[in-house]
Order: sequence, then structure tokens, then C-alpha cells
Amino acid sequence: MEILNIEGAEDTPKIILDRTNGIFEISGRSLPEDSAEFYKPVLEWLKSYSGKSNDSTDFVFKLEYFNTASSKLILDVLSSLESIGGTTIQWYHHEDDEDMQEAGQEFSELVEIPFEFKTY
Amino acid sequence: MRFIYDLHQSMITHNVILIYEGDFTQETTKSILTMAERNLESSGEESGIKKRIFNVMVEALQNIVKHSDEVEQQDKSKSHAAIFLIGNEQSRYSIMSGNPVRKENIPTLKTALERINSLDKDGLKELYKEIIKNTTLSEKGGAGLGFVDMARKSGEKLEWDFVDVSDELSFFCLKVNIARIKEAVALA
Repeated sequence: MEILNIEGAEDTPKIILDRTNGIFEISGRSLPEDSAEFYKPVLEWLKSYSGKSNDSTDFVFKLEYFNTASSKLILDVLSSLESIGGTTIQWYHHEDDEDMQEAGQEFSELVEIPFEFKTY
Repeated sequence: MRFIYDLHQSMITHNVILIYEGDFTQETTKSILTMAERNLESSGEESGIKKRIFNVMVEALQNIVKHSDEVEQQDKSKSHAAIFLIGNEQSRYSIMSGNPVRKENIPTLKTALERINSLDKDGLKELYKEIIKNTTLSEKGGAGLGFVDMARKSGEKLEWDFVDVSDELSFFCLKVNIARIKEAVALA
């Protein structure tokens, strides 16, 4: 499977989806002008991954900031992961960023996937 | 030339630390964010407060980008220009914006803002979850969550007003306050 590798920018996150090496990570800032367009390749990648997923998928969210339009798409990403067995979400937040921790808690209440909360 | 001094004095009187007037795009949004971040960095503000300010700024600026587009398509005149300000008072920061809206859109905006202001912290959390679960993105890419998020980050009521501009347009003014001391937010 092709690796999806998107370089981060000041308004878009860095994304690596690599089945072979078991790396699944979205990190940085997410406030793109068109969030649906930006996350489209991620959702498409996950769609094809769901048919041939690894035994376990540790999906890392290490976000510094995301806007409300991105939050809708993050939920779409989580919903796609819901159907992939063996998925765990590693939700990182900066140690003094309670709002980001709370955002992760809220997502965990919206989908049926185990979340692990970690600080960086 | 007097207006330059008057504007300068007016900004000092109203504790305005940043002001931008004109057309808003994703590029201007990024520039304004960078400028405000540097400003806050040098002020040594606490990181939680800085993140909340950043949060509210993004939602306010991206709201303007969307609204300005809407008016521009109908009306090629300059009336779509908007304004964005940041105030820094002793006890709080204020993120303020103003942009024209077509009068037929006012009732929807008012209903949303009144509903948000009627809710407490837990009510806003529930509303946020309800909207994120049930909405699809609009054509303009909005999730309908911007005001809810601003209210949650502020911890205070949103202040707003519509100023009459013409038969078709009003000027939508919004002020979102962020207390400088974290305890004040928790008590609000």
C-alpha cells in the first residue's frame, strides 16, 4: 500500500499513514481553508486500508490546535477507524493544554474506539 | 490628516492592540494570527490564555472569510469589507469582528447566538456534541460550530449587535471576551 505523507504547514497538519511500518499519525496545527478537501486523501487512504489492515493500528493524534471545521473531519477520520479492528487512538496533548485533553475526551465519547491519553 | 491622530487616540482609549480592515482571505488570516502570536509571546501571557485567544481568533477570522464571500457574489461594491480587532484591557482580552450580512440571514444568526448565550458550560458541551454528530459541512466548509466553540473558550456570554447599513445589509458586530486570569474563567 502506498504511504500517505503530507508535509505540515502553518495551517495544515503533518500526516503520515504507513501500513508497512505501522505508523499512523496526524500532528501539528489544523486550520485549512477547506478542511473537507484537505482530509479527503486521508479518508480515501483509510477506506482502502480497512480492507487489508494490520492486526493492530495505533493511530496517533498529536495536535497543537485544530479549528471547528477540522473537528468535524477528525470525527470523520475516527468514524472510519471505528470499523477497523484492533485500532487504538493515542491522543497526545501538551502537558499544560487542558482544552486539548478535553477535546480528546469528547471525541472518545463520540466513537467506539479505545483512547489512550498521553502528554508531550 | 487629523483622523490619523484621532484613530490612534481612539485605539488607545479603547485598549485596541491590533486592528485590520479590508478584505479577508486565508492568507490575511494567517498573517494576522502570526502577528497576534508574536504580540502575545512578547507580553509573556500564560499559555492557556494564549491558546484560547488563538482559538477564538481563528473562528472569528474564518467566519469573516465565509461571510465576505457571500456578500461579494451578490454585490460587487466595497460593502463586503470587514474589520477585526483585538482589545487588551487590564482584566481581559477581547476579540472583536464586524462584517456585513444580508438581512435575510439575521434571524438565523440571532437564533443561534441567543441559544448559545442561554446555555451554561455543560449545555454548550452538549450542543457542541449534538452539532458535530449531526451536521455535514456547508458549501462554504463551515461546520456550524464556530460560535459554540468561541463561547466555550470565552467562558463568558458572546456580545453582539446588528447595525443597519442599507435595505439589504446590516453590519454584524461580535465581541468575545477572554479573562486574563484563569480562575476568573473557572468562576464564570
